[in-house]
Amino acid sequence: MSDALLSLEGVETHIGRYHILHGVDFAVPKGELTMLLGRNGAGKTTTLRTIMGLWRASAGRVRFEGADIAALPTPAIAASGIAYVPENMGIFTDLTVAENMTLAARGAKRLADIDTARLEWIFGLFPALRKFWGSRAGVLSGGQKQMLAVARAIVEPRKLLLIDEPTKGLAPAIIGHMMDAFRELKRSGATILLVEQNFNFARALGDGVAVMDDGRIVHRGRMRELAEDEALQTRLLGLSLAAHQ
Amino acid sequence: MLRTLLSEDLPKSRVLAFLLAAIVLALFLTPFLVPGAKAMGVAAKILVFVVLVASYDLLLGYTGIVSFAHTMFFGIGAYGVAIAFTRLGPSWGALAAGLAGAVLLSALLAFVIGLFSLRVRAIFYAMITLAVASAFQTLASQLSDLTGGEDGLNFKVPEVLSPAFELHPDPVLGASLDGKLLTYYLVFAAAMLLFLAMLRIINSPFGRVLVAIRENDFRAEALGYRVVVYRTWSNVLAAVFATLAGSLLALWLRYNGPDTSLSFEIMLDILLMVVIGGMGTLYGALVGAALFVVAQSYLQDLLRLAHGALEGVPVVSALASPDRWLFWLGLLFVLSVYYFPAGIVGRLGNKR
Amino acid sequence: MNRAHLPLILVPALALLALPLVGSLPSWATLTIAGLAMGMIIFVIASGLTLIFGLMDVLNFGHGAFISLGAYVAMAVMLPMAGSLETASFAATLAMLVPVTLAAMAVTGAIGLAFERVIIRPVYGQHLKQILITMGGMIVAEELIKAIWGPQQIPLNLPGSLKGSLLVGEAAIEKYRLLAVGIGLAVFLAMLWTLNRTKIGLLIRAGVQDREMVESLGYRIRTLFVGVFVAGSALAGLGGVLWGLYQQNITAAMGAQVNVLIFIVIIIGGLGSTAGCFVGALLVGLMANYTGFLAPKVALFSNILLMTAILLWRPQGLYPVANR
Repeated sequence: MSDALLSLEGVETHIGRYHILHGVDFAVPKGELTMLLGRNGAGKTTTLRTIMGLWRASAGRVRFEGADIAALPTPAIAASGIAYVPENMGIFTDLTVAENMTLAARGAKRLADIDTARLEWIFGLFPALRKFWGSRAGVLSGGQKQMLAVARAIVEPRKLLLIDEPTKGLAPAIIGHMMDAFRELKRSGATILLVEQNFNFARALGDGVAVMDDGRIVHRGRMRELAEDEALQTRLLGLSLAAHQ
Repeated sequence: MLRTLLSEDLPKSRVLAFLLAAIVLALFLTPFLVPGAKAMGVAAKILVFVVLVASYDLLLGYTGIVSFAHTMFFGIGAYGVAIAFTRLGPSWGALAAGLAGAVLLSALLAFVIGLFSLRVRAIFYAMITLAVASAFQTLASQLSDLTGGEDGLNFKVPEVLSPAFELHPDPVLGASLDGKLLTYYLVFAAAMLLFLAMLRIINSPFGRVLVAIRENDFRAEALGYRVVVYRTWSNVLAAVFATLAGSLLALWLRYNGPDTSLSFEIMLDILLMVVIGGMGTLYGALVGAALFVVAQSYLQDLLRLAHGALEGVPVVSALASPDRWLFWLGLLFVLSVYYFPAGIVGRLGNKR
Repeated sequence: MNRAHLPLILVPALALLALPLVGSLPSWATLTIAGLAMGMIIFVIASGLTLIFGLMDVLNFGHGAFISLGAYVAMAVMLPMAGSLETASFAATLAMLVPVTLAAMAVTGAIGLAFERVIIRPVYGQHLKQILITMGGMIVAEELIKAIWGPQQIPLNLPGSLKGSLLVGEAAIEKYRLLAVGIGLAVFLAMLWTLNRTKIGLLIRAGVQDREMVESLGYRIRTLFVGVFVAGSALAGLGGVLWGLYQQNITAAMGAQVNVLIFIVIIIGGLGSTAGCFVGALLVGLMANYTGFLAPKVALFSNILLMTAILLWRPQGLYPVANR
């Protein structure tokens, strides 16, 4: 995979005295949406956090555009063009929606500096943000917070988006809305690594897929193939994903 | 026998055991080894501080609580005895009444403060106790009718313990056999007894739960221990032992005032002794108190020499002035927290 | 909305409650201004501490050292100007006090930078050690001040044009207290503006809530924190100048004494909250002056009672900070 934007090679991560990742290998090709699937506790979130430098890899490489970023501090990793939406969304609830967006736009000193055309495009994806633009982010509903979290990640063009479970705890109608937004994001050419538990969501959006179990990658391939092979799904993902559907 | 006395918690290395035995023996023999009021005064202060520092370690080392109100309890003990003797005259009944009153007040205060603020984080508790202690100190000097204000209280102790009482007219090995000597051995016995009692407490199941809470309070809570309850009890126990230490101090000095038992400097001394001796090991209190009090009593002499030698060099000579001894202790304190968090006893192999 | 604004009412409520107790309107006005002045000065000092705590979870027990240091630097700078300060006009006095204050802030800010590197950086995330180390740092700093300027109390005279009182009706309002209220208010407004209208301010507020996310957005929170620490130390220095002039004398231990009040203030306000710190400081300042007049013996106790009452009402302080 020569066109991989991001690749992990033998990444090991320890958290305290616990050994969480045992040599993770996979790649995220440029311009694709790669799904990272697996049961709870398989190490998906730890993988994203390790890429962001929020946990340190104790061995292995994290290559981004060819350069090893495993030892860089988190702000430098972000500055190299990776945006991250954590599982808890990381919304600053004391700040307004507009202020949240201003902070996410590193290039903008003030609100007015944000590219208006791009902002309109984001409002098109998530109309609720326009409505609550001046409100404290704390008053948003769970779904709206998730939209704000994704919007923050794309307020400026980034090379890679890491998104942790954007459908977690959302109502089905909102999941549908989120799916539309991600389709539009894909059309815009974004490269995305998405952690997901909701298999329907994953099947509809994923180009490539990597499945984790117990801190290792147990399957790599195309999403379409996994979607068609029910036996493989059951073996890799068991009942935990089915239960989410 | 010794094993039972020490609650099966023997010093973990031979050097440490030797050091501890040497300190205790030296304290026991001080009146005969080094004649003179100063040496006996230093030794008595060590004994009082062994109890005080060990009781503080019950909080800091074993429960992981930082309190700045420990001198408040120390002061309550000292004032309890002082006020009782002043009001009721020099009788054993007065001593008992003063002790009982002080212990009750301390326990109650510790209980209330603990219940109120131990639910929250360590930092909160540290700040609240700092505020309460400084308020208490102000209160003690304001209520001058009761406490003698800034001047404090001079009082008489029961006749057997007063310096005028003679056991035998002739001195033995340079020490006069008087009431002061009796008081010294009373303080010695009480301090040893209290120390062994605390050793028993930390080696009981209760003590082990405290350590479990210090290591991981969420897990202890999950295992079914009511963390707040245990912390509060440890707070109360520490307060009671500190109160008793305060009573011993007052009994020994036949005087008490805000600077002798309540001042913030004593609080800092306690912190220094705990850290230097070793947090989380009661033997550290013994070593820390002995080392610190000896240093404190003789460091000023040493600084006086250095000051003379450095005369003329600005600031540096001012720092070497005997009045600036706290600077050197503060520096020592910061360095020990960085480099010897386990203290001397920890270095000698008695890891908690 | 209600929940956010309710604590603000406490300040006028306390003032109104004190009016019938004090009895006479002029005395009440004098006490209220004195209380507000004291509260503003405490706010200037405490605001830095609460932000430092909020941003990095670092509680600097040595904050008091910067108060003393600021006051001593101001004293040293004012010494040669004593003569002209005594006779200068109000405007000229202010013009002379500006460099005095800036010098105090520059020195405390610089020492703050060193303090952060040497004392605090090695003990991030370890509360117990933090408390012990910063306490030790304060002892050392206090002793250094004594070694440089001597252990005795030093009088710090108010410049001539700031002495005396203005008569408003029958109430005598000390000029300096009015000035202190003005400066405190200016600092508060400047701080509000910074926190709400500048990107740095947004980053600080965001960092108080979620450090990790701020880093994930590409900002170096360490740099931000060092900046806040230096600014907080400089503000403590400014507060020390104001406090020294308020008390009209300075000692090396003054910082440690004010520290107690500051802790009460930031506990009342909610650790990490600037608005809470402001309300808490005004409450403590007013309370100290009213009780100092009504029942001097319980003056310091009154603030403990105030803290107890507020914690019973809101156990996390007036403005609990999320995630803390």
